[in-house]
Amino acid sequence: MNETLLDIAGLTVRFGGTTAVSDVFLTVARGEAVGIVGESGSGKSAAMLAAIRLHPPGTGIETERHVLGGEDVRNATEGKMRSLRGRFVAMVFQDPLSALNPLLPVGVQIAEVLMRHRRLGRRMAHLEARALLTRVGIADAAAHEHRYPHEFSGGQRQRVMIASALAGDPALRIADEPTTALDVTVQAQLARLIVQLQRERQMGLIWVTHDLALMAGIVDRVVVMYAGRIMEMAPAGALYFAPRHPYTVALLASLPRLDRKRSPVLPGAPAPPGGVAQPGCPFAPRCSKRIDKCDEVPPLLEIGESLAACWALA
Amino acid sequence: MNAIVEAAGIHLSFAETRVLSDINLAIAKGETFAVIGESGSGKTTLGRVLLMLQAPDEGSVLFHGEDITKLSGARLRRQRRRMQMIFQDPYASLNPRMTIGETLAEPLVVHGLENWVGAREKVAVALQMVGLEPAMAQRTPHAFSGGQRQRIAIARAVIAGPELVVADEPLSALDITVQGQIIDLFEKLRDAMGLTYVFISHDLPVVRHFAARAAVMLHGRIVEIGDPGVMFASPAHPYTRALLESVPVPDPEFERHKISRAARAPAPMSRAGQGGACPYVARCRHALSLCGEIMPPLKTVSPGWQAACWLLETSL
Repeated sequence: MNETLLDIAGLTVRFGGTTAVSDVFLTVARGEAVGIVGESGSGKSAAMLAAIRLHPPGTGIETERHVLGGEDVRNATEGKMRSLRGRFVAMVFQDPLSALNPLLPVGVQIAEVLMRHRRLGRRMAHLEARALLTRVGIADAAAHEHRYPHEFSGGQRQRVMIASALAGDPALRIADEPTTALDVTVQAQLARLIVQLQRERQMGLIWVTHDLALMAGIVDRVVVMYAGRIMEMAPAGALYFAPRHPYTVALLASLPRLDRKRSPVLPGAPAPPGGVAQPGCPFAPRCSKRIDKCDEVPPLLEIGESLAACWALA
Repeated sequence: MNAIVEAAGIHLSFAETRVLSDINLAIAKGETFAVIGESGSGKTTLGRVLLMLQAPDEGSVLFHGEDITKLSGARLRRQRRRMQMIFQDPYASLNPRMTIGETLAEPLVVHGLENWVGAREKVAVALQMVGLEPAMAQRTPHAFSGGQRQRIAIARAVIAGPELVVADEPLSALDITVQGQIIDLFEKLRDAMGLTYVFISHDLPVVRHFAARAAVMLHGRIVEIGDPGVMFASPAHPYTRALLESVPVPDPEFERHKISRAARAPAPMSRAGQGGACPYVARCRHALSLCGEIMPPLKTVSPGWQAACWLLETSL
C-alpha cells in the first residue's frame, strides 16, 4: 500500500443553520486519483475545502479523524495549515482568475511559490517558473512569463494555475471543476496534462466535478455525493460498468451520449445544500426504487467492490 | 424550403477582427437548427445577427422574406416581437427586484398586447406551460433553483407568442439531471406552439438528439452543415471529427486509451487561420499547402450535407 496522503473520517460541515456535509470519509494514497462527483448543493466543494481547512470563516467542522501528510491536523493552527498548503497539498480552482494575483506577472507568482516552498534563490526560481510554464504547454514561456493573468485565454490561464499548483511540488493535488468553463477540445488537452503530471510525479489527485464522463479516464476511484452525503464509493470500473446506487444509475443515464438514444429524464431538482426537509435518504423524493425504509438514513453497504447507501440494495 | 429566417452573405468585423465571414443559411419554419462551436467561433454573434440585435457589415437577414437589416424603429420592433432570445445564465438574465409575475408580464405590456392586470391570466398559463405553479408569480427569482429560473426565462421568451427562439447555451449552467428536463420542455413547446429554434451549443451529444440540422462554426465561418445524426456518424470536416473525438465518454477504458493515444499526437496550435486560409489549417493534421492559401468553399457531401475542406476534392 502506498503512503496515505489524506485520511479523513466523520467529516461534518455546517454553515448558517444548514448541514452542507454529513459523515463523509475519504482516503487518498500517493499515485492515486480519486473523483468526487455531485450536482450543485451536493457538498463536494465544501467537503474538499474543509479537508484542507480552507473553509470560510463561520463554518463549523467536525471530524473523527483528519490526517494530512501523516500529521493529525484536527487542532492545527492556521500557520501550520498554511505551510502544509502549497508545500504538501495544492488546490486548482474552476476560476483561475480568483486564485491568481491579478497584479503580478504569472512568472513572478510562480517564482514566489518556488522561493517560499522550495527554498530556491530568486534566479533559480525564475528559471524553474519558466520551465514549469513550458511543461504545462505554454508556448514561448520566456515571453509569456511577463504577462498578467488577464492577458491569457481561459485555457491558458488554467495552465498557468496548474503550473502554480505544481510549483510547491505538492504530494496531493485537489482540482475543483478545473475544466468546466472551457471548450471541449481544451478540456481534453487539460485532462491529458493533469493525468500526465500526476503519473510523472506520483501525486495524489482529487478531481471534484459534476461531469462523470470527463473524469472517467482520469480517476481510479469515484465518490458520488448527494445533499452532503456519500451515496456510493467504488473503483472506477465498477462505478461506470456496474453502478449500484439509484442516483449513480440516474446520473450516468442522464449524460447525453453520441452513441445512445436519450434516456428517460430524472424528475425533480437536486437537493438544496443542507438536504431535504424530511428525514431519511436525501435522494428518496426523486428515487424510483423508494421503499418505506427510506425514511431512515441508509448506511453504506458493501456490495462487491462498491459501497452504496441504499435500502433497496440491502 | 419554406424558410422563416435566411441569412445571405453575412460578414461582420469588430475592430480589426473578423467575427463572421460569408455566412449563408436558411432555417425552415418549425425546424430545430443548432449552431455548434467553441468560444470565439462567432456562434453567439451569429444568433444575435439573426435577430438583428447586431447589424452585420454586409449581407441580409430575411425574416419571412423581409430583409430586417433594412428595418428600424417601430417596424423592426414589430418584427422583433416574433423573435426571442434565451441566455445561458438563468441567474443573470432575470431581474432580481421584479416578481416572476412582473418579469413575465413585461414583454406583453411592452409590446402593447396586454395591460398589467390583463396579463395576469397569460402569466398563469405560461407558468403552467413550463411546469411551474401559477402561485409562483408572487415570488422573486432568488427563491428558485437554476432549473426553475431557466424555466422562467423560457416562459418569458415564449409568452408573447414568438415564432423564432434563439437559445444561447441554455443548458450549460444547469445540473446534468436538470438539463434533460429542460430539453423535454423545449420539445414540448416546439410541438405545442410550432416554434423554430436556433440552438447555440458546444454540447455535441445534446445537439445530436435535439436538432434536425446543425452548422459547425470555426473562427466565424461555417465549416460543415447537415443533419447531426448523419454528419456525426462520419464527419466530413477534420474539425468536426476533432470536436467529436473530444467528447468524453463515461467509460474508463475508452477514455484511458484516448488519453494515451492523444498524448502521442502532435499538440494542436491555437493560431487562427490567416486571411484567405482555412480556419483549421494550423491545427489540421491533413493540411495541404493549398489550405493555407485559399479558403475551401462549402461542397456538397450528400444532399443536405456540406463541408468546407479541400480534402473532399481528393480521392481520399
